[in-house]
Amino acid sequence: MNALELRVAAVDPISPLVTRFRFEHPEGATLPPFSGGAHVVVEMPDDGILRRNAYSLISDPLDGRAYEIAVRREDTGRGGSRFMHHRVKAGDMLRVTRPINLFSLDLRARKHVLIGGGIGITPFLAQLAQLTRLQAPFELHYAARTRSEAAGLSLLPDMPQVHVHISDEGNRMDLGAILGHQPLGTHVYTCGPEGLIAAVDDTAARLGWPRGALHSEAFLAPPPGTPFAVTLASGRRIEVGPHESLLEALEAAEVPVDWSCRGGACGRCETRVAACHGRIEHNDHWLTDDEKAAQTKIMPCVSRFAGETLTLDL
Amino acid sequence: MPRTAFTPSITSRPTYAPLRPHPAAPALMLADADGAEALMELAAADPALMARAHVIYIPAGAAHGPGLRALGSAMYHEAPSFAAATERFRKALTDARMGTQLYLAGTEGLIGQATAEALAAGLPADAIQAEHRGTIARRMQCVHCKGMTEDVTTDPFTCAHCGLVLFVRDHFSRRLGAFQGVCVDAETPGILPETQEIRA
Ligand code: FES
Repeated sequence: MNALELRVAAVDPISPLVTRFRFEHPEGATLPPFSGGAHVVVEMPDDGILRRNAYSLISDPLDGRAYEIAVRREDTGRGGSRFMHHRVKAGDMLRVTRPINLFSLDLRARKHVLIGGGIGITPFLAQLAQLTRLQAPFELHYAARTRSEAAGLSLLPDMPQVHVHISDEGNRMDLGAILGHQPLGTHVYTCGPEGLIAAVDDTAARLGWPRGALHSEAFLAPPPGTPFAVTLASGRRIEVGPHESLLEALEAAEVPVDWSCRGGACGRCETRVAACHGRIEHNDHWLTDDEKAAQTKIMPCVSRFAGETLTLDL
Repeated sequence: MPRTAFTPSITSRPTYAPLRPHPAAPALMLADADGAEALMELAAADPALMARAHVIYIPAGAAHGPGLRALGSAMYHEAPSFAAATERFRKALTDARMGTQLYLAGTEGLIGQATAEALAAGLPADAIQAEHRGTIARRMQCVHCKGMTEDVTTDPFTCAHCGLVLFVRDHFSRRLGAFQGVCVDAETPGILPETQEIRA
């Protein structure tokens, strides 16, 4: 992966759980522009394990002076966000990939409706800058159960198009009302928990919206789990630790696997399974249900295994 | 008039599936002449559909008007031509909300022009259904003078605007809602292939 060596220019806590990181080129060079919704993958050398987590860029896509990300601390995760929160200081150098966008705006749309929940607000922050510059009509809806869970709240600009829905305060988001009155040519983008994406899909389907006008992104953090082992075509055996993903274990063993999102969404890391005695824990959004049931493919970035043997075509 | 079946062709050649009721969505329906029968079959498939439907009918000599009106759509209008119906159709599109389904039935000329209008108004292509009924006459655009010739039934045909003799291609422009005609004797002026009836 084509990565840039960047300096951490600022670390700003913006809520008890969310911290913003700003990266600049060490020689002050301009960074490549991106489009709203793009993510980068940050490399974290964490005590012998090289972690790589994907984060949406939240800065203005055309501001080449810096890239900014917002990281929510997940205390029960594998440790990537804890590394960012506890170990990364201003002045540190980190490797950051060039931006890739799996969640871009459809610029043919007449209007854009952005619906976010939790930290799922991040890809929309750069899109807001892009939409404002394009003077394209949009509205953004941010939903959370309580104000304290609304981790992204302090990242949101104060604009008339931005609507915040806190269900505890009695203004729960009403998807029927939001989707029921949109002009022709509106596209909807959803980012956040699975339940939110499913609710938007269901409401839109009930109201007759065509699938092509709906976009969503759910990056999954690779879940921790019980250790397991995989066998390669060469017969080599690789152990995967409880807080390590299969992809990370393969990388540590210097087995090349292509990847892009590291969150089960892009399909890049798809790997053929030569033999499987046991159950693959498919955690991705990429494979179809039939493919998952067939157990002949695995997405090493997020999926795990339990059973006797799993032989990969690598 | 039954549904028209088309022979296999190049991929830009549109084919028109039978209309299928889309449940619970507001409906905008536009038909000419024999297209009315397709709307009647649609209404028979889901009688609840008409309560949410706005129907615009261009009879063009066909006698289906009373039958179509009797389906009890929320709104019903007749117009003598597509041009005469355009204003109302545009207004209906402007007022429409996402989720609205457009049902088109009739000739390719109607389907093509109405699709072009709907796309220009922002309706997503996957919210448009069309069923071909009636004449297989084509609406042709001359690629040389850009003039539109309606009701073309022969190949080649003479452009109504610039007078060139044009070959009827299967190349369809969704933006214009028309097929494209190109000069048939550009390299051998005056040597023309035999004129044939267009087949579906
Ligand atoms: S890297 Fe994108 S699905 Fe695995």
